[in-house]
Amino acid sequence: MDIQVIIDNLPLYLQGLRTTIVLVISSLLVGLCLAIPIALLAASKNKWASALPKAYIYFFRGTPLLVQMFMIYHGMGQFEAVRASFLWVIFQEAWACALVAFALNTAGYTGEILRGTIEQTPYGEVEAAKSCGMSNAQIYRRIILPSTFRRALPAYGNEVIFMLHGSSLAGLITIVDLFGAAKIVNARNFVPFESFIAAGLFYLAITFMIVWGFKKAEHHWHAYLRPRES
Amino acid sequence: MSQVVAYFPLILKGMLLTVEVALLSLLIAVLLGLIGAVARLSKSRIARGIAGTYTTIIRGIPDLVLMTLIFFGGQILVNDIGEKMGLDYIDVDPFIAGVLTIGFIFGAYFAESFRGGILAVARGEIEAGHAFGMTPLQVFSRITLPAMVRHALPGIGNNWLVMVKTTALVSVIGLQDMVYNAGLAGGSTRKPFTFYCVVAFLFLVITGFSDVGMRWLDKRYSVGVRKA
Repeated sequence: MDIQVIIDNLPLYLQGLRTTIVLVISSLLVGLCLAIPIALLAASKNKWASALPKAYIYFFRGTPLLVQMFMIYHGMGQFEAVRASFLWVIFQEAWACALVAFALNTAGYTGEILRGTIEQTPYGEVEAAKSCGMSNAQIYRRIILPSTFRRALPAYGNEVIFMLHGSSLAGLITIVDLFGAAKIVNARNFVPFESFIAAGLFYLAITFMIVWGFKKAEHHWHAYLRPRES
Repeated sequence: MSQVVAYFPLILKGMLLTVEVALLSLLIAVLLGLIGAVARLSKSRIARGIAGTYTTIIRGIPDLVLMTLIFFGGQILVNDIGEKMGLDYIDVDPFIAGVLTIGFIFGAYFAESFRGGILAVARGEIEAGHAFGMTPLQVFSRITLPAMVRHALPGIGNNWLVMVKTTALVSVIGLQDMVYNAGLAGGSTRKPFTFYCVVAFLFLVITGFSDVGMRWLDKRYSVGVRKA
């Protein structure tokens, strides 16, 4: 083990760490914004309304993230219409391609998580809201969605970790994230053990922090489910 | 369209490799998973510690990092050992490296599913086995294992689907699976989107068949269980 190589390249790793964190947080935010309407439509009883979002979820959960990312990064240039439009400015950037792929992917997974929890909302809660005279929109905003987010918390924690791990694919399309940094260090010094283990430790540390954060969040948001402390 | 037809055999060849990698990794993962689950439930503190560290590390590090680590690192390790033994340069086969890595990664996930399944087996059945004078190994292979599969099956199914998708990563270490071949076909026809779409569809075909298989397994292992 040659730790000196890692210490010398620490700035590169830290730059990669920053890219990874920014990439994961922005794709999660965009993905969540997309996931809410997808989940609401997929959970609807109207077959026509739920068909398209369900197909979306099926596709993004059923195919590898790598293929989805390549479809956007390598694939978009195939279309003359894309190359001629302003979209080409976006899809020329590896960074933007990764962000779009990750956001669409996590929207599929998060959509499925939320769909499940929306459908499992205890009907009594909805009934109570109806008998209080709330409109449909009010029921969604005040009752169903808050309760859904609470119950989706543990599953969403797993999805965040999954997204963190998936984000390492960005290193394959020239982005210098944690994995990309490790790849560069390995290529320059030919130290596969040191370079990839260092990246692995960074990922491990972030994973622990996410797990810890969600534990805290569940402690807060699931307070009413905790057994009473005597 | 005619280009898709022309390159379809190449993609199908890749698909065969994808399925091969997935099935062989499944074999390794199930073996490691059983060992891991038994270790996590054992009375020995050391065994529990090792199994716990294994699952934590695997679940905390991305598959891609582990795969490149084992592929490139394994090459150096093999070279060092080979040099000491006075052998010629040995190439690490990407197929073996890929299968080992994916099996190693998913062993950790299977261990968790199996652990849950073993815990769900009725205590009395295991005690009855012991009372009949079976050895611990006999109790495990005759009673715990078959009874546990039913409880572990949903977890196994999920892990298998994730595993099939993870096999796409072997294209990164140069294995010519269907993602790799789609890249080749897309490059020479300048239609990468079309070929990645074909591959995505083929992945959905594999998962579709897996669903049918899982339903069959579920039926087979739930014989004698009454459902409402």
